[in-house]
Amino acid sequence: MKKDIILAGVGGQGILSIAAAIGTAAINEGLYLKQAEVHGMSQRGGDVHSDLRISDREIASDLIPEGKADMILSVEPMESLRYLPMLAADGWLITNTNPYVNIPNYPEIDSIMAEVKKVNQHIAIDANKIAADMGSKRSANMVILGAAAPFIGLPYESLQKAITDIFSRKGEAVVNVNLKALSEGYAFAKKLINN
Amino acid sequence: MEKILLLGDEAIAQGAIDAGLSGIYAYPGTPSTEIMEYVLGSREAQQQSVRSGWAANEKTAMEAALGMSYAGKRAMVCMKHVGLNVAADAFINSAITGANGGLIVVAADDPSMHSSQNEQDSRFFGKFAMIPTFEPVNQQEAYDMMHYAFDVSEKYGTPVLMRITTRLAHSRSGVIRKPVREQNTLSLPKMRNQFILLPANARKRYKVLLENQDAFLSDSEQSPFNIMHEGKDHSLGIIACGIAYNYLMENYPDRDIAYPVLKVGQYPLPKKQLTELYHSCDELLVLEDGYPVLEEQISSFYGLGKKIKGRLDGTLQRDGELNPNKVGAALGMLHAETLAVPDLVAARPPKLCKGCPHIYSYNALNAALEMHSKGRVFSDIGCYTLGALEPFEAINTCVDMGASITMAKGAADAGFVPAVAVIGDSTFTHSGMTGLLDAVNDQSPITVIILDNATTAMTGGQTSSATGKIEDICEALGVKKEHVIVMNPSPKFHEENMEVFKKEIEYEGVSVIIPRRECLHTAARRIREEKKIKEIESMKN
Repeated sequence: MKKDIILAGVGGQGILSIAAAIGTAAINEGLYLKQAEVHGMSQRGGDVHSDLRISDREIASDLIPEGKADMILSVEPMESLRYLPMLAADGWLITNTNPYVNIPNYPEIDSIMAEVKKVNQHIAIDANKIAADMGSKRSANMVILGAAAPFIGLPYESLQKAITDIFSRKGEAVVNVNLKALSEGYAFAKKLINN
Repeated sequence: MEKILLLGDEAIAQGAIDAGLSGIYAYPGTPSTEIMEYVLGSREAQQQSVRSGWAANEKTAMEAALGMSYAGKRAMVCMKHVGLNVAADAFINSAITGANGGLIVVAADDPSMHSSQNEQDSRFFGKFAMIPTFEPVNQQEAYDMMHYAFDVSEKYGTPVLMRITTRLAHSRSGVIRKPVREQNTLSLPKMRNQFILLPANARKRYKVLLENQDAFLSDSEQSPFNIMHEGKDHSLGIIACGIAYNYLMENYPDRDIAYPVLKVGQYPLPKKQLTELYHSCDELLVLEDGYPVLEEQISSFYGLGKKIKGRLDGTLQRDGELNPNKVGAALGMLHAETLAVPDLVAARPPKLCKGCPHIYSYNALNAALEMHSKGRVFSDIGCYTLGALEPFEAINTCVDMGASITMAKGAADAGFVPAVAVIGDSTFTHSGMTGLLDAVNDQSPITVIILDNATTAMTGGQTSSATGKIEDICEALGVKKEHVIVMNPSPKFHEENMEVFKKEIEYEGVSVIIPRRECLHTAARRIREEKKIKEIESMKN
């Protein structure tokens, strides 16, 4: 078992909470893990990504080689495209459709989505809307994680347990909202695959 | 024992705590910041009364660590690579004094300059100081090395250098801990005058350092971090330093590499193993993340001897960090075709946060300088360096910590008036104060703007040594009281602030303007923490 995941987004969007959930689940499953993060200057509204690697064998590099990522998981649509050279031919592109516009030359969202659709295996999900409909805008990241869950190679229950562990300090209500967000994203992806 | 998930930086911190650390000193700098942050947040470190906290700069941190070592206890000092330039005087001389309690200097290099102004390689400093230098391959080794490096430091009575790079510093992996070791008790150095570097003593101490070189070499040759992996195919021998070894192995998923490989994690270079590799292989490939330090040492100046491949001969790119693909290409592996980045993807550079006080300082400053020709603002290192980018384009230089004030002074001395310096609060107490004293003593006509957001913001909001002290410092250095002016960098006061800037820029002496408003992130965190404390207190009542 080996999954190499590129997590992408904009500094401040909180991709590390997704990394923490997958990482905790992987460790609970007894897997090896390496996760390279970006700290420092680019965290100020610049593009950020994290290389997350899980495997049942010892992992050598902290960085994923080009063309070897099993998944790009992005909380922002344009950012999902920035890392396409990392994606394996049979890899999944899973992205939020909600743009984060903090530059004057941000491209048309329709052209971005046209590029996303060119990737053989992709899931585009409006995580912000789903999260807002649930009454919890802040859990959009967990919706996206849910949409990726069928392809991560970890049992769904294991992700649920990881989220429970991570958010338990913040109380039961926060845990439940995040679990709900996960299940909404998961149901969305399942429905797409089954159709 | 249970595996814990740690960043490379955190593994170093936990390793040091478990190896009997008594104190850690540091100034924040990416990618080294999380070492101190981990100790600050560690309950174990608190229980064991490990001294922690931010210093004014890397030099004061280095000297304090040396003082703790003098007193017999184990000390560690951490900084980013360019911080070692600041600490260099103390660092190089500490190799002459030697250490009493174990002393580890950690320098975190940033090849590819993710968050830095150069990609200098700290292993040069290790060689320059002639002390043992360590370079871990992964988080577990970073942890394990702390015990080992403290032992080497105490065995030979020498400071040691630990060099890491960004990818290890900021990558997380599972680490297994060792049993915790007791701290040292207080003791004086064996030779009572070894720390008095009068020439007569220093000559003796330098000879001790020179005599130690053989021991350092033999320690390297027996080090558990310098490992020779045999291979059947001797057409090539590979030397892989630190995390470069990982990038090599990534290209062999089944670890079935046919060439002999020397993995290097401790310097001076293990001569015995290197010589063996050289004589048994047709040519060598050197993989190192940073400068070609090792490659240069083993390559002949005249191009004699066997072919050495690496960054110098063009087999690998001369600059930038390594990765699995670059190493694979150096081994002649074909790179599979990948998808391209669509043309529409636009660059998204970092920028000042929405509502950041620096925005309003720059808006007012730009307006005040409109009547003058361009190129007059000398700046410094921090979030406010982002003022170089659109839409502000407000600054013209950024070189090293504190250079804003002194470069403005030099330009003003040359007759380029007005000259303005823009520096952050933490950078000012790091290295700006002495430059301000120079300007006051010379009565240089410069305007110094100290952007006071009450934190070290760029590295994540660490405590600033300057908080609450800036006006007093400036006045004590001789800036006239009426030319030390505090303003509120808010859009509400734009006109008023612009007039203040204009007036002080006109003034033909040293003036200091302090736009003061707390960083939004620090303020938000402070409010959260205060709320939490209130909640706990109300529960008690």
